[in-house]
Amino acid sequence: MPTKPKIAVFKFTGCAGCQMEFLRLADEYPDILGKVELSYFKMAKRDNVAGPYDISLIEGSISCPRELEEIKEIRKHSNVLVALGDCAVNGCLPSIKNWIPQSENERRVYEDTSVVQSFALHGLSEYVKVDAHVSGCPPDKNLMLGLLVKSLQQLRVYHRPHAVCVECKLRENVCLLTALKQPCMGPVTKGGCNALCPSGARVCEGCYGPMSDANAQSLANAFKECGLADDDIMRKFRKYAGLTSEFSKEASKI
Amino acid sequence: MSPIKTINVDYIARVEGQGAIDIRFDKTTREVKLKMFEPPRFFESFLIGRKYSEVHEITSRICGICPVAHQITALRAVENAIGLKISPQTEDLRKLMALSAYISSHALSLYFLTAPDFLGKESVIPLVAEAPQVVARAMKLKKLGNELGDIIGGRAIHPVYMVVNGFTNIPSRKQLDDIRTRLLEVKQDVRETAQLFAGLKYPQFNSPGEQIAISDSQQYAINKGMLKSTEGLSAEEKDYRKVINEKQTAYSYTKESTVKGRASFMVGPLPRVNINFEQLSANAKSVAKEIGFKPPRVTNPFDQVIARAIELVHSVDESISLIEKLPLRYEDLGHSFRPGEGFALTEAPRGLLYHSYQINKQGLVERADIVPPTAHNVHHIEKNLSDLVQTFGDLPADELTLKCEMLVRAYDPCISCSVH
Repeated sequence: MPTKPKIAVFKFTGCAGCQMEFLRLADEYPDILGKVELSYFKMAKRDNVAGPYDISLIEGSISCPRELEEIKEIRKHSNVLVALGDCAVNGCLPSIKNWIPQSENERRVYEDTSVVQSFALHGLSEYVKVDAHVSGCPPDKNLMLGLLVKSLQQLRVYHRPHAVCVECKLRENVCLLTALKQPCMGPVTKGGCNALCPSGARVCEGCYGPMSDANAQSLANAFKECGLADDDIMRKFRKYAGLTSEFSKEASKI
Repeated sequence: MSPIKTINVDYIARVEGQGAIDIRFDKTTREVKLKMFEPPRFFESFLIGRKYSEVHEITSRICGICPVAHQITALRAVENAIGLKISPQTEDLRKLMALSAYISSHALSLYFLTAPDFLGKESVIPLVAEAPQVVARAMKLKKLGNELGDIIGGRAIHPVYMVVNGFTNIPSRKQLDDIRTRLLEVKQDVRETAQLFAGLKYPQFNSPGEQIAISDSQQYAINKGMLKSTEGLSAEEKDYRKVINEKQTAYSYTKESTVKGRASFMVGPLPRVNINFEQLSANAKSVAKEIGFKPPRVTNPFDQVIARAIELVHSVDESISLIEKLPLRYEDLGHSFRPGEGFALTEAPRGLLYHSYQINKQGLVERADIVPPTAHNVHHIEKNLSDLVQTFGDLPADELTLKCEMLVRAYDPCISCSVH
């Protein structure tokens, strides 16, 4: 019988929400626990073992010197390294701080900034090779399941290049942007959520990051027609994925 | 002179986030540091300049274990700032949302994070084979809490349907009826959970201190109430900063809280159950009696675990009664706006949570102030650890280290949250 694949889960600068969603997989499919060996998972285990690991799931961004050293070390001991969730993929919401001088961020929060070690926050691929990106804040557990199954079969992970709009149309929702003139990020945002927000009468905020070939400028123009001011539009793009090449131009205006 | 002993845990397991324990002690002196080395994300800085309507969506990301509490607290602080009063239905739906988070979070903390220590295991994983019924019960409860959150909030982790002045989507009667049936089915499971956790062998030691929770004579306070303590403290949420101090330490990114003019204090399930015992559901009170829990219990911090199990019983009961009375009407989300300053105190699963915002004429945040439960607790956990090593200082190092970790886990700390 082949040995069980070794899985490691690491947390960097983030909220643990992706690990929580990952744990929900075990509620749905308790058999998973018997099929893999959880070698490292601090939030769930006291005895954690050193690599090598078959799959390392990384939650969180890199935001300080210690983390930079650690991620390079983990990379060396991981066969497949996965950026799990927006923070690891592109910095997510906390990346909004990158538009503010670091010293200003520190001064606003801490009286004594001399003990604070922190730098501009980035996703993992800024520093190491990443084998698969799973976007979402958090990524739906079924995307994580798909990733595990594909990785264990040594197959390429399906990246969902299409927009939220595709999934929204399949659910036969009324279009919030064209019909109701609400500023929905669906046309530039990667699918995978099954159009969760628009299906509940809420505009997409872009929490799965940009789709392939996202046309941010065209959507920004459409937002003007919805009545948004320039700084409102800037905030829409400077949110979950403001650092990405697709959104950074609209995110840095003003 | 007696030799100096040290306890070092460089990365505490089975808690959320990155923290370390560093203790040096001998017969007479004790130096205790709980070092939260989790990197700061500077939420209170980058919230400045953001729109009032997205504050709850942003602060949700402070914590993946208690996003619901951050959303509700931010919404209430913002609504207080801009002068909005929400509908009774929104209040009920938010309470149900908060209860869903109590159920999933408490089940996770009790069974997955706390229990393994008491059963001599490093995690819940070996228990899958050894105690399958117990693990199945744990998963059933956690799943039920998560799915109640999915139905009302769109998703349990970083919900999407809660917004300023209400909900963009209302669950269907059928969805709620189905989950009500499942809640009724777990009433026996939560009772057995309380019995199981009341029967564990907790380290016996004395480490008393002030306990703080919000309180409301009409209901078991979760989303709103007056600040109360076991030492007679009483304040409105807008006066929070007049009674609670916060101070940075050189060794941790989490600031430490104290009651002004007094000392460290405890927040969480135990203070809530002690202070608001009368408002618990009749069933939860009778379970408390059954397992021999008589309030107030203020000396052993491990009672946090038993109180958490009692709250699990209450959360299921109150969810059922809320579902039975919900009208489920679509309500208009349109609202008035005025600039201003707002404050909110709530009870996250792990304890007292504070948000405050100044919103300007353009509807943008000018000032943000956030104090999560674990930031309230961290200084008190250090005091408890100091008392713990005094009581058990003669134990072998590995046993004492495990006891220190168990004490930290009894608080179910959320470290990302506490640093934010």
